[in-house]
Amino acid sequence: MARFLAFLLTSAVLAPAARAASPLPVHLRDTGLYAPGRGEEIATDVLPFTPQYALWSDGAEKRRWIRLPRGTQIDARDPDRWVFPVGTRLWKEFTLGRRLETRMLERTRDGWRFAAYVWTEDGSDAVLAPPTGVSVPIPSGGRWAIPGTGDCRACHEGQPNPVLGFTALQLSSDRDPGAPHAPTAHAEVHLEDLLQRGLLRGLPSSLRSTPPRIATDSADERAALGYLNVNCGICHNRHGPLAGIGLDLLQNLSEGQASVERTQASAVAVRALRPVGGAEVRLVPGQPEHSVLFRRMGARDPLDQMPPLGTQRPDPEALALVERWIHSLSNRRTP
Amino acid sequence: MTHKPMLIAVLSMSSLALAAPGASQSAQVKRGEYLVSFGGCHDCHTPKKMGPQGPELDTTRLLAGHPEEMPVTPAPTLQGPWMAATVGTMTAWSGPWGISYTANLTPDRETGLGAWSEQNFVDTMRTGRHMGRGRPILPPMPWQMVGKLTDQDLKAVFAYLRTLPAVKNRVPQPLPPAASTASAEPAPPK
Repeated sequence: MARFLAFLLTSAVLAPAARAASPLPVHLRDTGLYAPGRGEEIATDVLPFTPQYALWSDGAEKRRWIRLPRGTQIDARDPDRWVFPVGTRLWKEFTLGRRLETRMLERTRDGWRFAAYVWTEDGSDAVLAPPTGVSVPIPSGGRWAIPGTGDCRACHEGQPNPVLGFTALQLSSDRDPGAPHAPTAHAEVHLEDLLQRGLLRGLPSSLRSTPPRIATDSADERAALGYLNVNCGICHNRHGPLAGIGLDLLQNLSEGQASVERTQASAVAVRALRPVGGAEVRLVPGQPEHSVLFRRMGARDPLDQMPPLGTQRPDPEALALVERWIHSLSNRRTP
Repeated sequence: MTHKPMLIAVLSMSSLALAAPGASQSAQVKRGEYLVSFGGCHDCHTPKKMGPQGPELDTTRLLAGHPEEMPVTPAPTLQGPWMAATVGTMTAWSGPWGISYTANLTPDRETGLGAWSEQNFVDTMRTGRHMGRGRPILPPMPWQMVGKLTDQDLKAVFAYLRTLPAVKNRVPQPLPPAASTASAEPAPPK
């Protein structure tokens, strides 16, 4: 174990990823998540939150927190692209049988930087992972892949907003009851809470009067698009590096129903660039098995699987939802 | 008369200034062509045909990848120290990873790199993942070495690839190991 930790420490020190002026703390306990000298008691200026649409991570339980520098606010004028003050930190803890890792995002003067802290098997410490990533054993068998900084960037820099779980849609008090793995017992922070705490400025008045939601009347479509938004739309959108593919699964609150319609137009009856197992069209109404999107969601062959990172087994609850949604498309007019 | 040389000089400088962007682009494409030739990209991405001196590039399919119409039988089972096998075109490879087919690098939107941006190409060579985010690139593509090129050189390679004639050629999907290798056992009697 000592040798393993020494390797992690050495790798971290040599990491080329430290773009910001100060190096990343080597231990999670030094990142500001916990109250100084009080073990794992969360610091008083750190706020827990739970997004309504979860990124699938093979069933891992997650806890998330955010901390803004004292006296600062999030610029919320654009509901799809909040601007966080320099010094903002967010954490996400992953547990699957035991605590495995805690990831951290930090807004520096040079942009966002990414780190992962690996928990020791006895849970006594979490140490900065090497920038190339590392895998650790899972108690139930198999291994858990902790991402390298390149993989972090692949998902978080695929669209204009690198913070994926702390958005106007994710924190709406109009929670989607159909969202897969919808949290039930977590302490939830809504937009209204953030406003009361004085952490947001410029939030459009329309979002103050009506909590945001995906603009569709279909419960299954709302939940499916919410899930696809966070699990797929972070890369498949019209803003980021994969815009050329022409698949847009990112929901933009500022556009309302037009965003939903654009998603459908980019996927329904549109030929995929790459067929999968005989399926050649992204979404075929009424035919999930002939829909490339559904097939790739259910694949875990590295050549076909979607998302390509961060998961080793499909999400059965999401597959059932998307299957229902694809069936429902055959009964509705397309835009 | 005394102003004539100066006028010519000014006109010449203007011409140079106007020609600069095009010349720069042309230099970038030439640099890319040079890197592609020296880097061995044709070895696998351009099909070979047999000529009087042995295998030579099929110049009608420059960098168009494995021909989709070419039948590929199951790969032989390799033993001992042998690890990889290839076909005569050098566009299909078998090894512990299964069978991989070399990609169509021409600008055809449906089957080549037509939908790719310059950044997608750079990201791919840096990460070893399609478009920097998708599936892993398979052997024997030496992306780890190509990824050592500077951004400027990678962009030059992409600029050159953009100038190729678009070839519509849908390269087959790779096959996993179990499905790609011929059984070493003789077929059971029928």
